[in-house]
Amino acid sequence: MKTHVPAVDGLFTMDPPEPRLLGTRCRGCGTYFFPAERTFCRNPDCDEDALEEVHLSRTGTLWSYTSANYQPPAPFVAKDPFEPFAIAAVELEAEGITILGQVADGVGVEALEAGMPMELVLRELYQDEEHVYFTWNWKPTDGAVGGA
Amino acid sequence: MSKDVAVLGVGMHPWGKWGQSFVRYGVKAAQDALRDAGLRWRDIQFVAGGDTIRNGYPGFVAGATFAQALGWSGAKVSSSYGACATGAQAISVARAHILAGLCDVALVIGADAAPKGFFAPTGGKRPDDPDWLRFHIQGITNPTYFGLYARRRMAVHGATQRDFAAVKVKNAKHGLHNPNARYRKEVPLEEVLSSALVADPLHLLDICATSDGGAALVLSSMDFARKHTTDPVKIAAVSTVTPVYPNTIIEMPNLATDSKTGVGLPELGFKESIAHDAYEEAALGPKDMSLAEVYDLSTALELDWYEQIGLCPPGDAEKLLRDGETTIGGRIPVNPSGGLASFGEAVPAQAIAQVCELTWQLRGQAEGRQVEGAKAGVTVNQGLFGHGSSVICTV
Ligand SMILES: [Zn+2]
Repeated sequence: MKTHVPAVDGLFTMDPPEPRLLGTRCRGCGTYFFPAERTFCRNPDCDEDALEEVHLSRTGTLWSYTSANYQPPAPFVAKDPFEPFAIAAVELEAEGITILGQVADGVGVEALEAGMPMELVLRELYQDEEHVYFTWNWKPTDGAVGGA
Repeated sequence: MSKDVAVLGVGMHPWGKWGQSFVRYGVKAAQDALRDAGLRWRDIQFVAGGDTIRNGYPGFVAGATFAQALGWSGAKVSSSYGACATGAQAISVARAHILAGLCDVALVIGADAAPKGFFAPTGGKRPDDPDWLRFHIQGITNPTYFGLYARRRMAVHGATQRDFAAVKVKNAKHGLHNPNARYRKEVPLEEVLSSALVADPLHLLDICATSDGGAALVLSSMDFARKHTTDPVKIAAVSTVTPVYPNTIIEMPNLATDSKTGVGLPELGFKESIAHDAYEEAALGPKDMSLAEVYDLSTALELDWYEQIGLCPPGDAEKLLRDGETTIGGRIPVNPSGGLASFGEAVPAQAIAQVCELTWQLRGQAEGRQVEGAKAGVTVNQGLFGHGSSVICTV
């Protein structure tokens, strides 16, 4: 049995079915960072260096979307044969931050529409002898229908 | 004190896929710029090189690489990098030396020999590098961002794929007679729409290719220029601004925006701030411009730029295009050179090439694509990792 691990550490929790992206929040001004900023607050008017680890919201609204119809180059590890995928930019309301991610398997651009609710899921990216490597994906929230 | 510097000479190596060293393209462009200025290489006191990161060590020290190729002359040197905005960085360094009185005459050179297909990050495993991370963990390429902006434009402003394709049709027409353009062929609307979908809603012909090419400028103080020529084209402003936190529009190569929570939003978004800064420095506005050269990495991005450089209010770009206002002969021709649509992108040369085009236009030497009576022009461009680039030229 292969071990399930994130493709890159420290970006999200491995909690199917409810994974969370890992960010930080500045204790001084309240601004958020993803990927996590752990050294300084990047707000130019804030001198705080106390940044707390936070789990970001799992849901947001679709800001925009596109597709990758051709295989991206390395260091992406593509499926063989390559399957085109959709990519979403999702706005998290509480954090005021927009985050990119592939759209879950089987959901193409025709099913997407700006403004629709989206949620975070995990998906296998690639495998080796011992591990299955995961990343995050966005998926229309159950029941959401787009593509007018 | 006047902040003008003179453009004494311009030169380019034609864009294409020539399979030669970037040094050769840069040197050819430099020799043409020197000839155009009526100067010799020995007259140059300062060389500002635009770096290329895909051609090994010589590319990282481009200023010295070009100086050595032209023949060591003892000239002072700089090499700068700002991704797609590299050329503006080199122009800015040369201009600052001239305005500070550290030199009278400088040569700016940028050239690239580009790989085929998608730009990919440099090698090695680097999870802390956003450029590596976006490719590895999400398969996000440059066209991904172009597609996101284009779909957003469709959702917010009702743009269509036909509007995007019409930008390519216009730029292809403009580039027809430009001897330095790589593609010199009319492209019908249907050909754009029937080309392969790359990053929905954008087709292959909506997205610019990667090219080889080189461009160079001879810049000097106004005093030096007066001894050599009359009424030279002048650089009135150079903007190299960075974003103001929080930058809330997703930007290459990041996986996320800054957060709007807990901080006030800046008065202008990043892209809006780029030309704005140049207009302020030149004490001119969009209405004073006779033409613009904007960075059409995609057709849809050209429409965004119309609004971001103040040619029309947000949402009106499609109308401006449809009314023919941005075509040569219209109120404010955009990309009379043919733009990236006709050139493809030669990263460190591109912002310099934009200034070459303004210079030819303002001198009345843009044969076959001349904007009649051009008095002032603006370039705009943006390099990943927060590099603004805008130059205003006047005559
Ligand atoms: Zn802070």
